[in-house]
Amino acid sequence: MKALGKLAWIEVKLFAREPIAVIFSFAFPFFVLFIMASVFGNEIEQPEPGEKDPWRGVGPTDYYVPAYIGLVMTSIGVITLPMRITGYREQGVLRRFHAAGVPLGAVLGSQVLVSLGMMLIGTIVIAISSPIAYGTLGPQSLAQTAAAFLLGALAFASIGIFLGSALPSGRSAQGAGLILFFVMMMVSGAGPPRGVLSSTMVAIGDTLPMTHVVLLLQGAWLGQGWDWSAFCVVTAFLVLPGALAWRLFRWG
Amino acid sequence: MENGRAAVSPVRAIEVSSLRKAYRDVVAADDVSFAVEHGEIFGIIGPNGSGKTTTVECLQGLRTPDSGAINILGLDPRTQRNALRHRIGSQLQESSLPDRIRVWESLDLFAAMSPRSRDWESLARDWGLYEKRHSAFADLSGGQRQRLFIALALVNQPDLVFLDEMTTGLDPAARHDAWGLIRDVREKGATVVLVTHFMEEAEALCDRVAVFQRGRVLAADTVQGLVARYASASTVRFTHDGDLPWLPGVPGVAEVSRDGSRFAIRGTGAVLAHVAAALVAHGIAPEDLRVERGTLEDVFLNLSGPGHVR
Repeated sequence: MKALGKLAWIEVKLFAREPIAVIFSFAFPFFVLFIMASVFGNEIEQPEPGEKDPWRGVGPTDYYVPAYIGLVMTSIGVITLPMRITGYREQGVLRRFHAAGVPLGAVLGSQVLVSLGMMLIGTIVIAISSPIAYGTLGPQSLAQTAAAFLLGALAFASIGIFLGSALPSGRSAQGAGLILFFVMMMVSGAGPPRGVLSSTMVAIGDTLPMTHVVLLLQGAWLGQGWDWSAFCVVTAFLVLPGALAWRLFRWG
Repeated sequence: MENGRAAVSPVRAIEVSSLRKAYRDVVAADDVSFAVEHGEIFGIIGPNGSGKTTTVECLQGLRTPDSGAINILGLDPRTQRNALRHRIGSQLQESSLPDRIRVWESLDLFAAMSPRSRDWESLARDWGLYEKRHSAFADLSGGQRQRLFIALALVNQPDLVFLDEMTTGLDPAARHDAWGLIRDVREKGATVVLVTHFMEEAEALCDRVAVFQRGRVLAADTVQGLVARYASASTVRFTHDGDLPWLPGVPGVAEVSRDGSRFAIRGTGAVLAHVAAALVAHGIAPEDLRVERGTLEDVFLNLSGPGHVR
């Protein structure tokens, strides 16, 4: 626990010393939210008879707030975290930690803790600023929102340590991370609403973790109820990649 | 042996026999056997790819050998790595720290990994790092980084310390400083294993040296012992105008070569004394008579050169 605490605190300081990472993690989702809000506004549309409202019956910006919280988690989970772990492996930082007896749990645990912290800050930034800037809804069920946040954040931390353990280099982590990030951004609810996507795009989205994290967050945030099927998928994305990472992890 | 060191086990510090480790189809360590006594500074030299680093990493429990027996301070690194890691220190080749970590943060972190750790501030002073304690790792010079790595290897006051390419990147003055500090470490009772490319370093520091070649230990002995066995030839040099046809008949002389007035006589044993006596007996007393003895570098070249592959 001492190792975990020391390492986690060092990791927090290291993250704060890298302004680019801070800006990308926090500012980018908010920037995209700003664009979406200015394009779609926040008026509730009445769907044509016989058609389903792609905005879940709320204003577009209300729809996007939970989606961009999901996007913050995604950027940290598929880009920041895997690049950090693979970078440490390439530089020989992991080998040195291993030789000094830093436990695997402290190495991965500190990365998970720091990632959760970053996701929490990003979420709070969006949660506070969007009601002020756009008059959007706050979380309608605080308890469900907190639970959805925690599950989604842990799932993406788990995916991040899996990618960091499985991918061989920083370069491959960057490539894979950016592809995953932009695909999820487009088909998982942070781009066009899922209701207007083609069936192929919806099917692709159904296989991706961000889709289900966003569904879980939207249900909780918009007060539309706990999405049990999304909950099951997100839980699977929490457990499986983490378990695989524990097996695949290599120090050098 | 005071200041809380665990009682030193009566066995040797290191005993390795028939260590083997292959990566897919590349055999890194083929059949490595050697032993290191407590309190020794033990050198490992050999060409790149001869299995030095693989062996040292197996000894520390960082890699699992395919076969062979290893005993480190009475412990087996394969099954007792947790007990072992508090008693060994490690400076690994080609490993690093996060770019933006501060010097003091790394020392503090590594110190937290063992209950035996000494106060990092005094360690930083010993290694000339105290003034740099607030610097980021990326801002350190090559020599400062190397000193930090060695300090990190010593933070838990190890009984046995592995230093792989310890002085690579240090300028000659810093290298000599590092040698002095390593001698201090040994004076305090620790055993040191030094993997090095610098023959001069091995000659200056090591009580005994193992020469690695193709995953095996070709020889392990004191520097003098190695020189006597593998680089025993001396070269006697002097200048003299005129022929000396009797020289090849002098005891100990193996080969005479001449470049103008400069003579070079290769030989073994007491060749200098015999040549000097013969010269004087012939009424010749060259003022520049001198002898060049074999060095560890000659041992290395003789053992690892072509024609000596075993």
